[in-house]
Amino acid sequence: MIQIIWFCLVAIMIAGYVVLDGFDLGAGIIHLFVARNESERQQVLHSIGPVWDGNEVWLLAGGGTLYFAFPALYAAAFSGFYLALMIVLWLLILRGVSIELRSHVDNAIWKPFWDLVFGGASALLALLYGAALGNVVRGVPLDANGYFFLPLWTNFVPGKNAGIVDWYTLLVGAAGFVALTMHGSYWVALKTGEDLQRRSRAAGARTWWVVLALSALVTLASFELQPHLAAEFSQYPWGFVFPLLALAGLIGIRVFHAQQKDLGAFLASCLYLIGMLTSAAFGVFPYVLPSNVSPDAGLTVTNAAAASYGLYIGLAWFIPGMLLAAGYSVFVYRRLAGKVEAERGA
Amino acid sequence: MDSALAIDRLHFAFTVTFHYLFPQLTMGLSLLIVILKTAALRTGNAGYEESARFWARIFAINFVMGVVTGIPMEFQFGTNWARFSRDAGGVIGQTLAMEGVFSFFLESSFLGLFLYGEKRLTPKLHWWTAFLVFLGSWMSGYLIIATDAWMQHPAGYKVAPGGELLLDSFWGLLLNPWILWQYLHNMIGAVVTGSVAMASIGAYYQLSAKFRTHAGIFLRTGVIAGTLATLAMIFPTGDGQGRMVAEHQPVTLAAMEGLFETAQGAPIAILGQPDTERLELDNPLLVPNVLSFLTYRRWGAEIKGLKDFARDLWPDNIPLLYYSYHIMVGIGTLLIALMLLSAWFLWRGRLGETKPLLWALLLALPFPYIATTAGWMTAELGRQPWLVYGIMRTADGASPRVSAANGLFTLIGFLGLYLVLGILFLFLVQREIEHGPVTGGAQ
Repeated sequence: MIQIIWFCLVAIMIAGYVVLDGFDLGAGIIHLFVARNESERQQVLHSIGPVWDGNEVWLLAGGGTLYFAFPALYAAAFSGFYLALMIVLWLLILRGVSIELRSHVDNAIWKPFWDLVFGGASALLALLYGAALGNVVRGVPLDANGYFFLPLWTNFVPGKNAGIVDWYTLLVGAAGFVALTMHGSYWVALKTGEDLQRRSRAAGARTWWVVLALSALVTLASFELQPHLAAEFSQYPWGFVFPLLALAGLIGIRVFHAQQKDLGAFLASCLYLIGMLTSAAFGVFPYVLPSNVSPDAGLTVTNAAAASYGLYIGLAWFIPGMLLAAGYSVFVYRRLAGKVEAERGA
Repeated sequence: MDSALAIDRLHFAFTVTFHYLFPQLTMGLSLLIVILKTAALRTGNAGYEESARFWARIFAINFVMGVVTGIPMEFQFGTNWARFSRDAGGVIGQTLAMEGVFSFFLESSFLGLFLYGEKRLTPKLHWWTAFLVFLGSWMSGYLIIATDAWMQHPAGYKVAPGGELLLDSFWGLLLNPWILWQYLHNMIGAVVTGSVAMASIGAYYQLSAKFRTHAGIFLRTGVIAGTLATLAMIFPTGDGQGRMVAEHQPVTLAAMEGLFETAQGAPIAILGQPDTERLELDNPLLVPNVLSFLTYRRWGAEIKGLKDFARDLWPDNIPLLYYSYHIMVGIGTLLIALMLLSAWFLWRGRLGETKPLLWALLLALPFPYIATTAGWMTAELGRQPWLVYGIMRTADGASPRVSAANGLFTLIGFLGLYLVLGILFLFLVQREIEHGPVTGGAQ
């Protein structure tokens, strides 16, 4: 039981990371297209400048939570996806420095260079996060000791010899990419004005159709490839509430977009992302990392969890700790509420 | 040594050494910035506020470097040390997750406000953001030291039948007796780095006759904080830490000191090269009885030498351990001398005109970084051959499925990327220093 609570808490941490860092990744992806001059570029950067680092803390805190609640999963997944994770780390490094260093030098080569790094790293990260989710749903070839190692790619077929990238994980990656693009578009629309806001809204509306199409494709492909999903949903039909959340989010984006309510559209986009992630988590449950070779070898909520004493103790500090963290976030976002300006003081 | 293991060790050693160049400054500066902002609030002197803003800009560049190089540290527990993570994650995962939940959220939330929100906040509220950044970073230091302390001197755990290590006492883990001195030694070490940096930049402005007001503030703050901090490094914190090592890792003490023979009234080696084939110290410069006194407060106390420990308990790189320790102590001693002398001249009101001393302060900048790095090398090489002291050997902790070739690939990647980061960092910090605390240049 305590393991299931922690499964939910880790899922919340990951969803929190995707929703929060998702919008600044999305802002990174679209800024090359919607921000046409220096002032607009600055507005995009200022919309995420004070918060991107806090958003990335969700990754660290989520990773830490995963580490202590499910150490066997952490060990298997991080060493098994070794190459992809290292690339993610490099991209996070490049992206972080591009955001911060850009403003230090006023130069016609310096700024466009970092803009390109920022956009490129954000785009690749969104793609890789999607692909990572695809890998978890598809399963990995866990050995008898509970470890595996995946090459980056093999023959691009999601069979027993699949690499990290195959057509299925690439499809999920593409879905992640467009979903975060849309998500970031509504964030930028929310935080800016005039032309930039109009173009961001338009970008959100255009990607919405691609998100819709890819969500449908990913859903079909997932049920086809991972039979456990269908078994899980048919055994516990209440679980359909998660895909319904995603659907409600998708519809909500459209409705709020039509009324030009950017905050509503952004929040609906959060709902969509949460719905998709929780659907995947629910569908894979009780596995946390299924095997694509033999179902028995999969890591589950119980066989990957830490001992229960630590998990109970963890609840005692985790819940107040996260309430505090949520408190700071609310305080900071309220202090920084409203539209950003192009120029800011030191 | 198996080559995959060697690469995993280098991978962590390189990335953590590079990473810690930045937090040691930001943790130290966060305290000094709070001091400057307090002085600004108390005196209303604009020079303090401008100084705080200048150091906040230096802090921000270092903080970004610290964040982006810090994320790989947590990940590497899983990527390169999977067996360690699997067996010990239930214990040290607690402190690592707590660091994220309690310190990083606090630090990052208020850093955004501290750096970008000065116009939107009252001066008092802005002081609080600086204080909370300080609190967050010092809490983060505690939780990381608690993690390392558990690897140095495991506490609060039990061994499950399957061999994995289970948390047995949460407070045993968080109040591990190893933590106290290591934490204080490490955090005051960060204050040394911050103080020397501040005094060094102050000396630079003073020598180049720029930003005189700020140079005075930097020199005064840096020298006073630096004097107190360098002294506290040796006593009580360094002394306390050394006695923990003597008590719980006696073989490490013998290796650090290059002591091969058990001796009553053991000498301390000022110079010398440990020869691990002939088992003696070459070219020794020894001061008799001092090691015994420092360790047990008795001149004739017996200290066990390396020869009386089983070979498979010896740290696996004794010369490097010995040199790291001696470099740390040597630089530490020189910094104390420099700071005491500067404090004397400051007190007499002549520091600003004493050019040789200003030059010495200016050139001191790299040395706290070297000493801190050497100190951490002493701690971690001294822990060998154990990953978790007495429980898990380093060779048993690495990822079973990550090959040497893949490890080398990513190690080379990090080397290249960090080289670029290092160059960018130096370039940007140099620009900030040239730009100075106020626009307008020379005063």
